[in-house]
Amino acid sequence: MAEEKIKKVSIVVSKGSLEGVYPGLIMANGARMEGIEANLFFTFFGLEAIIKKKMDKLKVATVGNPAMHMPSLIGIIPGISSFATSMMKKEMDKIDIPPVSEFVEMIHDAGAKLYGCKATVDMFHLSMDDFCEQTDSVINVGKFYEISAGGQIIFT
Amino acid sequence: MATKTFAGKSVEVDDEGFLVNPDDWTENMASEIAAEIGIGDLTDLHWKVINFMRSDFKEKGQIPTIRRIKNAGGVSTKDVYACFPEGPAKKAAMISGLGKPQGCV
Repeated sequence: MAEEKIKKVSIVVSKGSLEGVYPGLIMANGARMEGIEANLFFTFFGLEAIIKKKMDKLKVATVGNPAMHMPSLIGIIPGISSFATSMMKKEMDKIDIPPVSEFVEMIHDAGAKLYGCKATVDMFHLSMDDFCEQTDSVINVGKFYEISAGGQIIFT
Repeated sequence: MATKTFAGKSVEVDDEGFLVNPDDWTENMASEIAAEIGIGDLTDLHWKVINFMRSDFKEKGQIPTIRRIKNAGGVSTKDVYACFPEGPAKKAAMISGLGKPQGCV
């Protein structure tokens, strides 16, 4: 018997680095491309992905990231993170992965919903004006579970 | 390899129904393939996507992504999803006689 198809996913983006944000965006976009309902919930530093002034300035972590294969002492040199980020963005553009702001717009246009985390918003003293226009609303964790009902939850 | 008949012509298809040879495709087949996957009348907007996908594939040798259909083809993401619901990239590629898109975006 064929496995039952996934119908709905709710993806939590909790990290604010470039490599922390993209997997969640790609998974949400990919879900919509397969006709799967998708919610994105941005929490803690992951919230930067929907903050207007920050979303296109996310950087790759060059310190404390063993998979960069770069000693952390080199990673701390000013400009190294920006350099690594720009190299990575170039490669991403080649395979048509858009910058965060364009990706968020596409995901929203594809019918996914985007939510900010209430606790983080309070903690960082943010308001709706700080968020990109695609942000549906700021919700608490209870509401998140309510919205996620009947689907899969993925934490990134 | 399975074969199917569209617009009176027998063509090779893979096990998901994508045409194996994009050159086998003719415009007359589009509406018949569309009907098979639950898409009714093809509007001008559908054709704008199909024509762009065909010409871009011919030029670049790659099936365009939804982003490319938006930026180079001039059809918004919302419109692409409205025209080809529940799997726009795959459905548009199938109706356009192209293979299954292999990218992640």
